[in-house]
Amino acid sequence: MSAKLKYDVIVVGAGPAGLAAAIVLAKAGVRVIVIERGRFPGSKNVMGGVFYSDCMKGIVDEFPGDAPVERHVIDQRIWILDQDSSVGFNHKNELFNKKPYNCHTVFRAKLDKWLAGEAEKAGALIINSTVVKEPLLKNGKVIGVKTDRPQGNVFANCVIAADGVNSLFAKSLGLRKKIEPDTVAIAVKEVIGLDEQVINDRFNVKSSEGVTIEMTGSYFNGEAMAFLYTNKKSLSLGVGMVLKDVISHKINPNDLIEQLKEHPSVAPFIEGGQTKEFLAHLIPEGGYKAMPKLVGNGVMIAGDAAMMVDAIHREGSNLAITSGKLAAETYLEVSRQGDFSEKSLSLYVKKLQDSFVMKDLKKYKGVPRLLQTNKNLLLHYPKLLNQAAFEMLKVDGISKKEKEKIIWKNVKQEIGIGHLVRDLFKLWRNMG
Amino acid sequence: MHALVFIKQVPDASQVRVNYETGTLIREGVPAILNPFEAHAVEEAVKLREKYGGKVTVLTMGPPQATEALKECLSRGADKAYLLSDRVFAGSDTLATSYALFEGAKKIIELEGEVDLFFAGKQAIDGDTAQTGPGIATRFDVPLVTYLIKLDEVNFEKKQAVATRLTEFGQETLQVPLPAFFTVEETLNELSHSPLPWLIKAARSKIEKLSSENVKLDLEQCGLRHSPTKVKKAFTPEKRQRGETLTGSVEELVQKTSDILMPFLKKGL
Repeated sequence: MSAKLKYDVIVVGAGPAGLAAAIVLAKAGVRVIVIERGRFPGSKNVMGGVFYSDCMKGIVDEFPGDAPVERHVIDQRIWILDQDSSVGFNHKNELFNKKPYNCHTVFRAKLDKWLAGEAEKAGALIINSTVVKEPLLKNGKVIGVKTDRPQGNVFANCVIAADGVNSLFAKSLGLRKKIEPDTVAIAVKEVIGLDEQVINDRFNVKSSEGVTIEMTGSYFNGEAMAFLYTNKKSLSLGVGMVLKDVISHKINPNDLIEQLKEHPSVAPFIEGGQTKEFLAHLIPEGGYKAMPKLVGNGVMIAGDAAMMVDAIHREGSNLAITSGKLAAETYLEVSRQGDFSEKSLSLYVKKLQDSFVMKDLKKYKGVPRLLQTNKNLLLHYPKLLNQAAFEMLKVDGISKKEKEKIIWKNVKQEIGIGHLVRDLFKLWRNMG
Repeated sequence: MHALVFIKQVPDASQVRVNYETGTLIREGVPAILNPFEAHAVEEAVKLREKYGGKVTVLTMGPPQATEALKECLSRGADKAYLLSDRVFAGSDTLATSYALFEGAKKIIELEGEVDLFFAGKQAIDGDTAQTGPGIATRFDVPLVTYLIKLDEVNFEKKQAVATRLTEFGQETLQVPLPAFFTVEETLNELSHSPLPWLIKAARSKIEKLSSENVKLDLEQCGLRHSPTKVKKAFTPEKRQRGETLTGSVEELVQKTSDILMPFLKKGL
């Protein structure tokens, strides 16, 4: 009855990776269809909230331009939390106040919707509320996708699978295995509404300027990371935890947020705020070692679906966008020969390896495992650090020399010098 | 067959909160959706088109963002969508809104031809007034069937329909001449999963724009100044107590239940 639905490229998932690919392709005149399962692009997408601008080069003429961003970040803080204390470090720099801004806090529901608008403007077709069920195969090559809709088969030269952390598409092609609970984190986030001026005063910034605080330490038994970000009229407070720990300790991450709200270092910032929204999402934190095969016959995998998250630097959406862009560029190059085989598309892998995406992921490839197997790093050291800071700053008639001895004694008791040296060495090897 | 469906974009009621000081809804940041009753109205109209041929047109009055709700109607199978949008409508109550939609609909009839069936939701989930649909029907002076739960029969030759509506006491089945106006319940039909080609067509479709520039309007009937409805006060009803759950063996439950009910029964309630 109806004509066969045929496009040049099918993009599965309207997140940063998929939309970046769609924009680059559509701008080059390629007929591209983006299939999104949410009611609108962004409706199912969540992240902590820091979006780096650099990756938008080649996607839009100017960023942020009219994009819905909250505040540009000028002050980044790291806190090591213990029970009632914290040791912090911050970097505030006027250079972060110069355009183009390094990064902004954003809400993905708004940003992705805007990005989808850009893709539509470029000529991409975006279809919402439609689930891609499985690839359509012919002689071992992906020739299209089957959706959950009647008359729902769509055909194309090539499929870019950007369907997120749970990527069913990559899984059904056997490009990736089941996700293991130690390679994904579950992150929960609460958006706390506050008056704009109150936020400015509490964080010592002007209205457009933002602050991010990353938190780790013994406060969470060394098993969670947390963050507090400034939006225009709200704060995002979140906690992330590796799924395996959530399961084995039967912890509800929501409880951790409630607990964190009470911490004396956090409480004053959120006081008087009203909870506006509650969000949760999985983050693929397995890093380089957990990455799936990135190409197959007629298919490329991008973004979270390819585990492209640099958890150490809280980067993900920029990796996603870069990978989407590179997948699109790969398509443009190989389409000249009309060869979309795995061999031909492996150009995508090469492009990724030449980019910061793979270089960064490779650099930290041992970290996820290191943190999983060595709880000292996030449990005992933060405690010791907080104790040491307190000892050194408290004036109580004990000499500084004596205090140093007390601190060392604590170190020996908690960890042992041998362990300390070994841990530092491992950390240096994995991060250096 | 030509069906015209009036739709409204509403804030997702499950996510709306109330400002208790002013008694108004806090709509900021709440996602907008197609009024759920009107999804069923579109569904019914599209079902008729699939059966008898013809076309389905949708109309809404609202800000430019209401385009999204219209797009959803197109995805659900409507053929053409009109957005009536103008500053002169700002602050309209149900009287002014039904006037504006009446004029918009007249324009659509001019452009698209006579309408056989008008549809709207029984009410919008944000205002819950259930007045706008009947307001339009009255202005068109056509039969009005509210709370439609079944369209038993439509006969285009005889120009009549048989429709079942919900009343406070049960159901009634009416025979009405066409054109007629129907405001629909959610139980009227089950929403179907549209074929993918419909979504693709919707994504490619343009929304037709109506405003004071192309619709003849009596400005003395438009907007806040000509909306007689005034909200004098809003209050939050007292929270209802949660019902008690009884547990135990059958004998125990019978005993407990009768203990609770007896005093009421004795009072003759």
